[in-house]
Amino acid sequence: MSAASPALSVDTLTTEIRSRGTWYQAVRAVSFQVHARETVALVGESGCGKSLTALSIMGLLPLGVGRIAGGAIALDGEAVSGRSDAQMEKIRGNRIGMVFQEPMTSLNPVLSVGFQIAEPLIYHRGLSRRAAEARAIELMHLVRIPSAAERVGAYPHQFSGGMRQRVMIALALACAPKVLIADEPTTALDVTIQAQVLALIAGLQKSADLAVLLITHNLGVVASVADRVLVMYGGDVVESAAVRDLFARPTHPYTSALLAAMPRADRSSAVIAPIPGQVPTLADMPAGCRFQSRCPLREERCAQRPSLTAIDAAGTHQVRCWVRGGASS
Amino acid sequence: MLLFIAKRLLLAIPTLFGVLTLVFFLVRIVPGDPALVVLGDQASPAALDALRERLGLNKPVLVQYADYLTSIAHGDLGRSLTTNRPVMGDMLSVLPYTIELTLASLVIGLLGGVPLGVMAAVKRNGIADWLARIVSLIGLSFPAFVSGVLLLVLFAIQVRWFPVISAPRSGDALERLRALALPAINLGVIMIAYVTRVTRSGMLSALGEDYVRTARAKGVPARAVVWRHALRNVLIPVVTIVGLNLGVLIGNSVLTEIVFSRPGLGKIIVNALNTRDYATLQGMMVVFAFAIVVANVLTDLVYGLVDPRVKTA
Amino acid sequence: MSAATTVGPARVSTWTRARGNPAIIAGSIICLILVIMALFAPWIAPYDPNKQMLGPQLADPSRAHWLGLDSFGRDVFSRIIWGARISLWVGVVATVMAMIAGSAIGIVAGYFGGAIDRVISGVTDILLSFPQLVMGLLLVAVLGASIGNIILAIAITAVPAFIRLARGSTLAMRERDFIDAGRALGFSDMRIMFAHVAPNILDEIIVMGSLWLATAIRTESTLAFIGLGVPPPTATWGGIIREGFEYLNDNYLLAVFPSLAILITMIGLNLIGDGLRDATDPRAPQ
Repeated sequence: MSAASPALSVDTLTTEIRSRGTWYQAVRAVSFQVHARETVALVGESGCGKSLTALSIMGLLPLGVGRIAGGAIALDGEAVSGRSDAQMEKIRGNRIGMVFQEPMTSLNPVLSVGFQIAEPLIYHRGLSRRAAEARAIELMHLVRIPSAAERVGAYPHQFSGGMRQRVMIALALACAPKVLIADEPTTALDVTIQAQVLALIAGLQKSADLAVLLITHNLGVVASVADRVLVMYGGDVVESAAVRDLFARPTHPYTSALLAAMPRADRSSAVIAPIPGQVPTLADMPAGCRFQSRCPLREERCAQRPSLTAIDAAGTHQVRCWVRGGASS
Repeated sequence: MLLFIAKRLLLAIPTLFGVLTLVFFLVRIVPGDPALVVLGDQASPAALDALRERLGLNKPVLVQYADYLTSIAHGDLGRSLTTNRPVMGDMLSVLPYTIELTLASLVIGLLGGVPLGVMAAVKRNGIADWLARIVSLIGLSFPAFVSGVLLLVLFAIQVRWFPVISAPRSGDALERLRALALPAINLGVIMIAYVTRVTRSGMLSALGEDYVRTARAKGVPARAVVWRHALRNVLIPVVTIVGLNLGVLIGNSVLTEIVFSRPGLGKIIVNALNTRDYATLQGMMVVFAFAIVVANVLTDLVYGLVDPRVKTA
Repeated sequence: MSAATTVGPARVSTWTRARGNPAIIAGSIICLILVIMALFAPWIAPYDPNKQMLGPQLADPSRAHWLGLDSFGRDVFSRIIWGARISLWVGVVATVMAMIAGSAIGIVAGYFGGAIDRVISGVTDILLSFPQLVMGLLLVAVLGASIGNIILAIAITAVPAFIRLARGSTLAMRERDFIDAGRALGFSDMRIMFAHVAPNILDEIIVMGSLWLATAIRTESTLAFIGLGVPPPTATWGGIIREGFEYLNDNYLLAVFPSLAILITMIGLNLIGDGLRDATDPRAPQ
């Protein structure tokens, strides 16, 4: 509870998922911290474990399919991992908010938008339905939904995708949590709307001292809003760095490949190099370094699992690679 | 909302027209001379002619059809061939009994089927799930008269909890309810079966939806996630299945009324069948046609209540 | 033609999946017993089902008459065994008739589309909106109660459901360019419809047929109960219940035994039908 405790801290989190009766590690000993007013991005292709990390934090792993196998999660220094679902209900939406990717399907089609925003206030703050819906109008103002007072009783199908995502943000932040997890919050939106939604999150973050965990596969989004980045592959964090360092000195071969595959204004599209091959399924993951099956720098020692080691003096830029990780400056 | 109702009623007209036409031609496929069928071989030619005249059988079919539609439009269902009383009056005097029975079984179906279906989906292969399977097997496969006979034997003959003859003898509310109980349960089990099935499968898919995950991420308690967020969406297919099966319910109410000796449309129909009273039969079919159309319109109206997308679309 | 080969393996897996299903096995055993009862009724039944005055009227079950005697002193056990013949015969023939007629009309509607489809679908919708049981009653009432008319009436009430199914499946095949491929190869409409479309929707039609068989038998017994069944003295399950119903206060067992026969039949058929449907449903867990 000291001032120094990070808003969200994840320590050697390991999550397993079950496929055809066998449990596989889909998140392997992932550690990171997010402080107030900070944005940490989890980056990687789909299937790299970034969404599972978020669901593990929320305690929303699907029953019987996913489970936390190890590690600790703490909010403001207070451990929350290992709590029952009933205990997590008091934390979700209250001390952590979450925004999902699909605004089209993430809102309940038969409940009014106002009620959906008001609901966390009813359960966590004990507000009456009327008081909560009055507060919902203020929250709709806050996320810049025009004519909020008239639209509080409207239903999701009467809103555009961008507006629905604003509703999602409003309901995630209704109880003023200190942590916001945004899982691909702009992926389903038009490019112009994407920028607006990101700017909205950034603005709310400053005014409410939010710690934001941003999950995305889009490095452009990362470059514009994140402070720190964790690149994930096959459930491992393969590189962790301040965003400036990552773009200045991408070190892990997977990070380099991601950057090379990213369309940029200062580069002709002919230079975009897609990453060869696909992410192996969990059952087919190679032992040792999980990226070795697609890695151009693969060596014999890659059969052993490399550890995450710092490559700068401050120790803030870490890489999990035998070949590149050793080349410390 | 008024506009919505008006639109629905307008849309129902072609269906009504179609069903009325169907009834008209079905009754006219009687092989041979209907007058002969009604009066028998011994009838005098004069009597046959008189009957043909009364039924309008001596006119061309299209004229008969027009007459038929005109009289229906005037609320005239014709006169019984055996009693010569207006079918409309006979029908109206027992209609409340049939409506009472149908509504009671609908209520039983919803109050029994929705919770059972929800509990079956929430805990798959649990006790509720097995109960749901058994109830839907019984309700969907047993003919209404068979389950009715067995209910009678069990609860009116073996254990004398309910009367064998379910015709209420007095206006006493309790007496009326006791008479209604067995027939309503008999019919209600059929409805429970349909409602349980659709609720269970709807609930299973709803619980996998993104909006359920959102609700959980908000910290909504598990119970409220199921009963408010998921169930509100499942009510849409439930309304559909109830609407679709009102016809089944009406058909089975005929049987149930016979088994439990209840006054109602069923009794009129069976009497008409036994006395070859085609005029009454045709009139009753028209009543069913209207009942189905009214049920469809009501279903659409309920849609508007459970699905906000309907009203504004 | 390539579409036909891609459908092939799916069908194999459907039937192999169906074979191991315990519901289908249980249902098949029940139905097999019924079929044997119906086929070998003259040898299985201990008495002539129509022979009267075998003992006291409405006698309770005894060693000589396992299920007792009816109001004419006829052996109830023998009448139930003979009743299986009527129920199965009416049910199977009516369902097969409805399957053939309904599929043919449905394929034509789905294949040609346009005005033909609109007319057929419109009439089908109207027929489907009318209670199937009431329609059956009306048809038998106007046609007259004979075994042929009962079969015809039940088949007519079942046809719309098969039309709708076959039309939907045919439309789905058109989506897969299956029909266009056949046309490109120069096949005639008749050949595409009945040599290529029909075999591919057969699975679904058979599954639906198994479910409708139960409905058909249910309708037959219901008609007999109301007094519109195969005329007496022929033994039918619904007819025995009708008779037992009149003597409910004297000996309710007369109504109970044929009721149980119907219940067992319904359970058997529904186990098969539901099992088949689960086996053909690609979303169902294995």
